[in-house]
Amino acid sequence: MTSRETKTTILTGTILEEEVVLSLGELCRASRLSAERVIEFAEEGVVEPIGGSPESWRFRGVNLRRIRCAQRLEEDLGVNTAGVALILDLLDEVEQLRARLGRIES
Amino acid sequence: MRYKDYYAVMGVERDAPQDEIKRAYRKLARKYHPDVSSEPDAETRFKELGEAYEVLKDPEKRTAYDRLGADWKAGQDFRPPPDWNEGFEFHGGEFTGAASEDFSDFFDSLFGRDIPGGGFKRSARPSFHARGEDTYAKILIDLEDAYSGRSRAVKLEHTEIGSDGRPSVKKRTLNVRIPKGVRQGQHIRLAAQGSPGFGEGEPGDLYLEVEFRPHRYYRVEGKDVFIDLPVAPWEAALGATVKVTTPSGKVDLRIPPNSANGRKLRLKDRGIPAKQPGDLFVVLNIALPKADNEAAKAAYAEFGRAFEFEPRADIGM
Repeated sequence: MTSRETKTTILTGTILEEEVVLSLGELCRASRLSAERVIEFAEEGVVEPIGGSPESWRFRGVNLRRIRCAQRLEEDLGVNTAGVALILDLLDEVEQLRARLGRIES
Repeated sequence: MRYKDYYAVMGVERDAPQDEIKRAYRKLARKYHPDVSSEPDAETRFKELGEAYEVLKDPEKRTAYDRLGADWKAGQDFRPPPDWNEGFEFHGGEFTGAASEDFSDFFDSLFGRDIPGGGFKRSARPSFHARGEDTYAKILIDLEDAYSGRSRAVKLEHTEIGSDGRPSVKKRTLNVRIPKGVRQGQHIRLAAQGSPGFGEGEPGDLYLEVEFRPHRYYRVEGKDVFIDLPVAPWEAALGATVKVTTPSGKVDLRIPPNSANGRKLRLKDRGIPAKQPGDLFVVLNIALPKADNEAAKAAYAEFGRAFEFEPRADIGM
């Protein structure tokens, strides 16, 4: 491929949080975690799989964001997995409340 | 290069015991962690904190840092003395790894790549065919890009380990179509644009985390966009139709009569587009003309006589 071609190629991406669905394997690769660790995150509610058994699990893209945030919180703040799940839920709630507050004030 | 006062960053005395340093780190990390903090400079503060803790938590690095002496001031021009760590044995105290690329030149000059024991953790290269790693980068885009879905050149830098085992910075430019409706904090996934695979393994994916470039007039909250619109007092009082530039183009906005300062006018579905688009809010900001000539002063005086207005009646003054 010449450099000219690389310049004119336009890459089309997908929005992870809205359009992407990941299997357990894909989520492990993207988060660089072992399947055991992801299953543990699922048991504590950090991520929410759709489907019965780990082999058929599917994850909405937003779960990758949650799992990466969970890794950072564990590493940086020394929070355990259950604590991380609680923090993520509270952060979601704060975001919803802020959005509601914005609407009420208008 | 500037000297960094790690003790000041962590808010502890130079003789603080190790457990106090740990407590100070935890406390500040909760305050400035970018995932939970609402402080505007959280990310910068958190990086500084991580760097300071990397040094002070490790008694060997801390001792070495202390040997620079206590007379340095934060921000002072700094060159490490040539013999500062002479004969000092490091045991390669653990690095947290993840954030170490973000550490300052100051840190690098003391504990960086070429210093024994300061080595950065490198994952071993798999010998068989393996899929490349997924990579992440943050990109700054204009709010308008999320409205129009246009393509943008994205400049990326990454560190590669050369055949001589030394890291070097590689640059590349990608033309990426910004998906319409993308919001702050979301990720754009580009298949097969991550690290190359090993052997015949496929390359990993690239994830771009979206951040909007700060704008003079627009503020973004989730899918909703806010514009502060200056209006004249008579426009707010009598009502008016004014032209407003929005991220999706110019609109004629009707200001209802008797609008108070701070009133929010909602333009439905003119926020960030999506299946359920956000709204655009125009916040009225009444601007007062200055009484800086005789005609203006007379107009204000006339204005005052026309009303029996007691602005402080509500608060009993």
